[in-house]
Amino acid sequence: MSNDILVFVELQNGDIRKVTPQLVSAARPLAEARGGKLHALLVGEGIGELARKAATLGVDSVAVVEDPSLADYTAEAYAEAITQASKRLGAGALLFGNTSIGKDTAPRVAQRLGVGMISDVTGTISTGGNPIFKRPVYAGKAVTHVEVLESSFVISVRANSYPSAPAAASPAPIQSLAVAPDPSKIRTKVKEVVVRAAGKVDLTEADIIVSGGMGVKGPEGFEFLRPLAEVLGAALGSSRAAVLAGYIHPSHQVGQTGKTVSPSLYIACGISGAIQHKAGMSTSKCIVAINTDPEAPMFEIADYGIVGDLFEVVPPLIEEFKKLLHG
Amino acid sequence: MKIVVLMKQTFTTEARIELDGSGKPNDSKVKKVVNPYDEFAVEEAIQLVERKVAEKVTVVCLGPASAEEALRQCLAMGADEAVRVDSAGLEEADSSVVASVLAGAVKSMGYDLLLAGYVAVDDNAAQVAVRVAELLDIPQINVVSKLEVANGTATGWREADGRTEVLEVPLPALVTADKSLNKPRYPTLPNIMKAKKKPLEIKAPADFGINPPASKTRVVKYELPPPKSGAKIFKGTPAEAAAALVKALREEAKVV
Ligand SMILES: Cc1cc2nc3c(=O)[nH]c(=O)nc-3n(C[C@H](O)[C@H](O)[C@H](O)COP(=O)(O)OP(=O)(O)OC[C@H]3O[C@@H](n4cnc5c(N)ncnc54)[C@H](O)[C@@H]3O)c2cc1C
Repeated sequence: MSNDILVFVELQNGDIRKVTPQLVSAARPLAEARGGKLHALLVGEGIGELARKAATLGVDSVAVVEDPSLADYTAEAYAEAITQASKRLGAGALLFGNTSIGKDTAPRVAQRLGVGMISDVTGTISTGGNPIFKRPVYAGKAVTHVEVLESSFVISVRANSYPSAPAAASPAPIQSLAVAPDPSKIRTKVKEVVVRAAGKVDLTEADIIVSGGMGVKGPEGFEFLRPLAEVLGAALGSSRAAVLAGYIHPSHQVGQTGKTVSPSLYIACGISGAIQHKAGMSTSKCIVAINTDPEAPMFEIADYGIVGDLFEVVPPLIEEFKKLLHG
Repeated sequence: MKIVVLMKQTFTTEARIELDGSGKPNDSKVKKVVNPYDEFAVEEAIQLVERKVAEKVTVVCLGPASAEEALRQCLAMGADEAVRVDSAGLEEADSSVVASVLAGAVKSMGYDLLLAGYVAVDDNAAQVAVRVAELLDIPQINVVSKLEVANGTATGWREADGRTEVLEVPLPALVTADKSLNKPRYPTLPNIMKAKKKPLEIKAPADFGINPPASKTRVVKYELPPPKSGAKIFKGTPAEAAAALVKALREEAKVV
């Protein structure tokens, strides 16, 4: 089997998703351990510009599949294009972001290639011999080490689990692959795609998240938190209770039945810290809890806390961050 | 129209996870339930029957005898029949093995619509249903928050990062449920009694002509996250606490 590694470059809103350079840094040691090359793969239509951008990701080569059937994303068309491309490139291991598209397509690709897959990887334990990866289970209450037993495999990686690979000084060569899904085999029709403006920063990929719960008291409470998110360039998250109360759109929900996030900083404002909420954010690198109740469970997993009314604490916090970050 | 629902029995999400002597999660003390996402799939199937779009709902579970409790729960909700495929010897099987057994079972039972939760809350892998669709060579609509089934097609509203996709697929197809698909019903007492008489078949993979392949991945270790020592609390006026927090985030945690 081939030693080469393929990183799937997911495109969103005309750009390369932030998880991609993180995939490159996860993939590089694997490629080195196998003595193989690292390829980036882009699929879509009219994506030449983005392929040139991908050439500086720090990979050895960029492969592009362009076809009208790939203009709109469908799991069927993408799985077929990615499978064919990986065979053409002779790649033995494939890396995806554990994004919506990753979750939808990667298991199909793994099955089509007849290989094993480890989902939602948050770290590498070893790259020599059979690689071993780390992944959370039981809603973050345990972590498993999972070994791949064959040389070919697929992994999907949780955003913000690996550092971003630095940009390459000189761009990698770009090749266009003449592979295309057979249109008669694509049964999925895309009727409509509604793009939500859930804020400029995608929650699952955000480096900093400012999150609000029932403690914000109403939709205006999230407007109150927004300047804090803005000064930090953060995404706005929420508890499920705040979503159910109609304070904020469900796309902001963090937790077991919401988004799983792993930012470097998670600021929980007026969130009690129910187990289902923690399930979606407990792997955050640094957690701050602001809560009037000193017994709130969020303090148990927080690194820093302020016991107090968020409406009194957030304004001076904004001022302090402004001083620090914007002089 | 016949609906088959894939169901897994999982720990409740409130369960405390402890490791036993062999380093594996100890499941003897925890309460087990229908995987919450599969519950949405079962509810959707029952509603399709109530709306006269479908005639019959079969729930399939690969699991040990104790999973029959979860299958009875699905029958009490309103499913017509249940099949437990015995997991003896497959306790450590990975998603590729589970999918091959379930695909074989589903294929021999026959179906027009295959429903499942998009993820199981215990292993968090989100692979099995999609792998089954691939093995059966059927299209999928994954992580669906709204579903319409009519005239041999399924239309699903799929919540993806930053967008909603409206997809249409011809049947047979796989649809996996997200949390906002519906609100699962609580079985009533009469329905719990009725469920005891509904058919629950027990099969082995071999009954479907399946010889389960070997796993391609293997869990070598479970770890419990190290207990956090508790938050460092900043006291004083809100302004003082805020200043101390920002200083710690910059100098100690180095995250801003
Ligand atoms: C199957 C299932 C799935 C679930 N999935 C999720 C999920 O994905 N995500 C999720 O979040 N929840 C989920 N939940 C719900 C979860 O159990 C909690 O109910 C929810 O997280 C509570 O939200 P909250 O912390 O905002 O509200 P509460 O628990 O009501 O807490 C509000 C907090 O705000 C504090 N507060 C009040 N006023 C102020 C103030 N002025 N300043 C500072 N603090 C203040 C209070 O002390 C309290 O701690 C799920 C539940 C179930 C059963």
